Amino acid sequence: MEVTIPNKTTGTTWNGGGDRPFNSSYGKMMMWFFLISDALTFAGFLGAYGFMRFKFLNVWPIADEVFTHVPFTHQSMPMIYVAFMTFVLIFSSVTMVFAVDAGKHMKQNKVALYMLLTILGGIIFLGSQAWEWKNFIQGDKGAVVLNSGDVIQFVNKEGEQVALTSFAGENHSNRIQHTKTNGIWNKEEATLPKVNLDQVIEGFKANPDITIRTQQINQATKTKVILSRTEAEKVLQKAKQVVYGANLKVNEYGLTLFGDLFFFITGFHGFHVFSGILINIIILFNVLVGTYEKRGHYEMVEKSGLYWHFVDLVWIFVFTFFYLF
Amino acid sequence: MSNTQAHSHKALIWKVFGILTIITLVEVVLGIYKPASLHLSKVLGTSPLNWIFLILTLVKAYYIAWFFMHLHDEKKWFRRAIVWTLLLYILYLTFYVLTEGGAIGETFTGAYKALTQFH
Repeated sequence: MEVTIPNKTTGTTWNGGGDRPFNSSYGKMMMWFFLISDALTFAGFLGAYGFMRFKFLNVWPIADEVFTHVPFTHQSMPMIYVAFMTFVLIFSSVTMVFAVDAGKHMKQNKVALYMLLTILGGIIFLGSQAWEWKNFIQGDKGAVVLNSGDVIQFVNKEGEQVALTSFAGENHSNRIQHTKTNGIWNKEEATLPKVNLDQVIEGFKANPDITIRTQQINQATKTKVILSRTEAEKVLQKAKQVVYGANLKVNEYGLTLFGDLFFFITGFHGFHVFSGILINIIILFNVLVGTYEKRGHYEMVEKSGLYWHFVDLVWIFVFTFFYLF
Repeated sequence: MSNTQAHSHKALIWKVFGILTIITLVEVVLGIYKPASLHLSKVLGTSPLNWIFLILTLVKAYYIAWFFMHLHDEKKWFRRAIVWTLLLYILYLTFYVLTEGGAIGETFTGAYKALTQFH
């Protein structure tokens, strides 16, 4: 075994006593130890996701039906957008490692250029994630929640999901949105949905081709169970409200927990990306003013690089568990 | 810094990027088409497709940690202190959490079936 015990004491501790156990500097080692604890935090979150998913295996929303949006088109294309996001993050990792590499050769300008590219990659990723959140929050075709809390969606003869607006009846309600200046003073309510429950029920009765898809999953085909028309009419009597999109309380796509865990885990990861961008900007600033040139080494770039790669590493797992599984 | 001021790692970095890209592409293609034989069968608690995804993800994680985070340049026992710690705790956590989740899920399903029979 290699000897790793420090063999001399210099009196100061802040720089690790001047010794280099494991041949690594104090800062780099502490960055690694921080990353271990951070990795365990993410493992805890993803573990919670796994727990809930195994617990609700028969009703867990199908990711391919949830994340289908791609910019500039209204077609349903699962996986494409998130694959783009993954590539952006992997590529920003590549530019980061180029920055570290250039730092080892003391090439100030190249380090700055690659750091800048890394920051840009991070910003693109974060913007993409914001767009993904926006789509998830706004929702797509709409669904109905039953008194039991189960979420039902509507499908046509071919079994394809249809939007509530495509079959809903006319709106006879004169219900208007309660705003701060209208109704009880200084109180407001959320935006009213595009259609109300009465319209959905009316439209359902008028369109015999439409039936209901439950959130129950048939494990043999891994698709959601579609009810017959007579069963569907019975189920619709227990309808409570129309729902569009997802938040922490209700979710158009099925189980609320799916939305909770999605917001929590991708949000926590996104916050890591955000702080990574901030750290990289600070390091870039130091590179530009020549701090590391004076110091004689670019180890700070390497340390912030470790953090950035870690964020990429976590995304690889989030991508797998949320979108692929 | 452990490595001496030798050659640049550029060729190696591009190679690793190529590997990561190919693996991600394979994952995305499998994720879009989901071949029924892999998707609908079950091996060791989940579908073979999920096992493929998990293994490919771990391979990607290896390449990022070893070559982007320069773990291959670190001393052997420093590397082991990091990797073994994570592996041990994450495997431990995953095993118990997933077993427990599955068990509660089965109890739920059983109770739900029992309840609905009376309606």
